[in-house]
Amino acid sequence: MMQIMGLTITEKILRDHCQNKKAVAGDYIMAEIDKCLANDITAPIAIEVFEKVIEDSKAEVFESSKIVLIPDHFTPNKDVASAAQCKILRDFATRHNITNYFEVGRGGIEHCLVPEQGLVNPGEVFIGADSHTCTYGALGAFSTGVGSTDLGVAMALGKCWLKIPESIKFIYSGRLNEWVSGKDLILYTIGEIGVDGATYKAMEFTGDTIKGLPMADRFTMCNMAIEAGGKSGIIEPDKITTSYLEAFKKLEDCFYSSDKDAEYHDIINFECANIEPQIALPHSPDNVKSISEVHNMKIELDQVVIGSCTNGRLADLRNIAKILKHRKINKKLRCIIIPGTQKIYLKAIERGYIESFVNAGAIISTPTCGPCLGGHMGVLAEGEKALSTTNRNFRGRMGHVNSEVFLSSPVVAAASAIKGYITSPEYL
Amino acid sequence: MIGKVIKYNLKNINTDLIIPARYLIKSDDIYLAQHCMEDLDRDFVEKVKTENYQILVADSNFGCGSSREQAPSAIKASGITCLIAPSFARIFFRNAINIGLPIIEFPSIGKLKTDDILNIHFEEGLMKNISTAEEFQVKKQPSFLQQIISAKGLINFARKQIE
Ligand code: SF4
Repeated sequence: MMQIMGLTITEKILRDHCQNKKAVAGDYIMAEIDKCLANDITAPIAIEVFEKVIEDSKAEVFESSKIVLIPDHFTPNKDVASAAQCKILRDFATRHNITNYFEVGRGGIEHCLVPEQGLVNPGEVFIGADSHTCTYGALGAFSTGVGSTDLGVAMALGKCWLKIPESIKFIYSGRLNEWVSGKDLILYTIGEIGVDGATYKAMEFTGDTIKGLPMADRFTMCNMAIEAGGKSGIIEPDKITTSYLEAFKKLEDCFYSSDKDAEYHDIINFECANIEPQIALPHSPDNVKSISEVHNMKIELDQVVIGSCTNGRLADLRNIAKILKHRKINKKLRCIIIPGTQKIYLKAIERGYIESFVNAGAIISTPTCGPCLGGHMGVLAEGEKALSTTNRNFRGRMGHVNSEVFLSSPVVAAASAIKGYITSPEYL
Repeated sequence: MIGKVIKYNLKNINTDLIIPARYLIKSDDIYLAQHCMEDLDRDFVEKVKTENYQILVADSNFGCGSSREQAPSAIKASGITCLIAPSFARIFFRNAINIGLPIIEFPSIGKLKTDDILNIHFEEGLMKNISTAEEFQVKKQPSFLQQIISAKGLINFARKQIE
């Protein structure tokens, strides 16, 4: 008799969102989606696709409350062309009564904003026309990035084709060393498995270290699953998830978990005692080295960027405020700090973080993707080097093709902004 | 289809190399195609046009990075009609299928070089390298994806579902 294997959290969520109640990893399904998201780069094409799909049928969007539109990449609009793109979103939102459209000044960076607004819940299927949509796996949802055509079709049908992914289980154990955060764990992981180490796979993060990891760090880890080629990152919901969700009065009945005998493509163990703060060197997120090694290289910087959907949360700003308070940014460089959302921005003002940043000589930007993708608000010149808390350091990502981007956690970025070269807070 | 190969022996060709974000302020294919691959090879667009290249061959994990559909769209608009690589990044893969740009996962790209002429029979999963007289079996897409491919993309596929 064939043995019936258990299921992963990912298989369970997806099975509950399609017609095929026997679907397992490897099967193609038409998944019913709970929400879908697009931004100012991907929505204009998605809207065009939507209109082609519904043409002649006079159909409407499948459910206006389940569509989320966030202009965040080139906003506040940097030029006429990007303003025209955003206008397409705004007009569409008005036409279809999409209440989850977040205007400049009332929104922020999509992957910080969506969870903050309670728009994603454990056990849901959330697709977004943005590769870092995988962030919400931190809440125990299946969330993944898709293309604009997928999104346009999803806005019409409320469905998206998916292949149920196999999972890789990453087990982290032990206490984190000082100054080590979720960002370091994920950089370390990508360094170990490579930028294609998890292609087409769900990355399931687990182990006692993860059980103790704050929500902000969980978001950071799941955010970067795509940097290893992953389809999604996911963490089983637990007490930390519950307390995060309390603000939205969400119940725990949508908490899924993997069976003990679930089948994995691979199981990888990491001992956290061996993990120091990590740096990804140009031009790939898997070109990772430990801070002690990079510190000795004395890599001088022209710019430090702290923010993005990876590390622009309140906890990140709180951590860097401890470092920047009563200190000065090195005079050779610019330090740009970007709160992820308006809410985070306001809290950072109330708590005095912003004042310490300005006193230190940093500039504070309105919530935007801006420099993360070389859009605006801090683009690099030829030959310049930046240390950034973002998620990608591809060639030319932040500006000139001959500029260089290094990736790190916020505390390492803040310490380096003071010293002028890449270093750890330990050496301050 | 019969077409001429242009090959880049590089792994992890990412979406920022295929179409840099600085051009994403517009979503018009013709505009995007002018800048396709420019940070990797300034002359790509010109070469494709003058040499009439149709098949782009590259090493593994092609299209990693962003979800921007502008990446396969720019490639398609530049005149390329088929992509071959040992593996593709997943969002790029689905975008290519969705916009109807044929994509072949083929491990032995060492057997293909720039200027080779290939004859590809998608339905039979057969690829002939006319220049070297070699023949290869290539992986066919699963039947679910075949439906999207035969509809020439997801838009038509979805339209049928609405009717
Ligand atoms: S902050 Fe950067 S990675 Fe995140 S959504 Fe914006 S551009 Fe993408």
